[in-house]
Amino acid sequence: MSTSSESVQDIKTRTKDFLFRFVRKRNLADSDDFFASGMVNSLLAMQLVLFVEKEFGIKVQSEDLDLKNFRTVEAISGFVEKKRALG
Amino acid sequence: MRELNQAQAARYREYRAFVNELVTPRADQMDAEQRTPEDILEALANCGYLGGCIPAEYGGSASDALSYGLLCHELGRGSASLLSLLTVHGMVSASILKWGSDEQRATYLPRLARGELIGAFAVSEPEVGSDAQLVGLRAVEHGNAFLLSGRKKWISYAELAGLFLVLARTEAGPTAFLVERNRPGLSCTPIRGMFGFRAAMLGELKFDACRVQSSSMLGRPGLGFSYVGSSALDLGRFCIAWGAVGLAQECLDLSLSYSSRRKQGGSELANHQLIQRLVADMMTDVRAARALCLRAAELREERDPDSILETSIAKYFSSKIATRVANDAVQIHGANGVGPEFATQRHFRDARILEIIEGSNEIQQTVIAKAGYQSLHFREEST
Repeated sequence: MSTSSESVQDIKTRTKDFLFRFVRKRNLADSDDFFASGMVNSLLAMQLVLFVEKEFGIKVQSEDLDLKNFRTVEAISGFVEKKRALG
Repeated sequence: MRELNQAQAARYREYRAFVNELVTPRADQMDAEQRTPEDILEALANCGYLGGCIPAEYGGSASDALSYGLLCHELGRGSASLLSLLTVHGMVSASILKWGSDEQRATYLPRLARGELIGAFAVSEPEVGSDAQLVGLRAVEHGNAFLLSGRKKWISYAELAGLFLVLARTEAGPTAFLVERNRPGLSCTPIRGMFGFRAAMLGELKFDACRVQSSSMLGRPGLGFSYVGSSALDLGRFCIAWGAVGLAQECLDLSLSYSSRRKQGGSELANHQLIQRLVADMMTDVRAARALCLRAAELREERDPDSILETSIAKYFSSKIATRVANDAVQIHGANGVGPEFATQRHFRDARILEIIEGSNEIQQTVIAKAGYQSLHFREEST
């Protein structure tokens, strides 16, 4: 299953809407590493897992546990696309 | 409880009957002997309660978040030590379910569900408590295995557990491992004389170049705390929150009963306004804590990201009021309240432990306060 460019943008928008509750940076770029910047608290790692599972209907498993999948809006969107493509 | 559907109400009645029949009558003796009898463990297993976090496909009895909370409530009402068994066993089971490999799930979950294997959560160390990211136990890679060296302390049910979820430090950072009790190099020393949770069979674990296969790693290297430990502790806080409400409810019920019988100054204690003041505060605290737990259960059922914070709030408040309510129960019972013939002193001692475990209440306060500031910034910048 491929993901259209509209839905990629939609994933990014929904992810940013979620992150804005935790990250005090309104002009968050798709490539900003919000873990490295210290912008987030310790709960966010697990909150992001619950968010992508609930929001995008995917299941995050052990092999997906890589901060690279969750560091930026771009990475999250790419991860969601990949998981959806795998079905 | 008005919030329960028919199936949940039926389960709640079943849990209450179990605790009334098998746990409450023996809880003081368990506390005095500092052990959990095997027949109680068997009964928990036979009723399917040890499989409460494990789905049916692995032989478990998982239902919904609220039902699990109700089970914790009832065990907390009867014996906080047994509550801690359900808590740590559930944390290990849920961690394997969520982060385990197919092989780990197939190997361990059916045995954990049947209670043939008891799981324990080994994170705290003699020098490392709340800041678990600074875990000191080392895991050094050695071929296709790791050698674990160091100590873990205050591990609930370490004396009985056959499987430990151990947080260790690898080159990549904190990493979770599943370690079976019979691994060479692992030994356990019972811990006696604790203030509370005295029947929880706490132990200190010593790892002396304990060799485990690389396939024993749970989750990915370096992410043992941020994902595996964090999600386990989130469940642990949910259990403790509900158990604390159960403990507080029991203290309230004991106080209502005692103050209705006991006469002082020619009248029952219940007629004394200063006693009524205590009872009113206890009732209000219990209801408020239960409301927070119900909210947490609702969000957990929906797998909502906010469930983590709401669970933290529920754990913080419920354990805090449990101590307050148990303290007032002791006061209402007077000298009887601190004597061996009344359970109030046990509940008070256990309630204090609830404020410390699965993330101390000070940790919860900092997490909650930070979320409050984040929320303020979000609201300010959204308008």
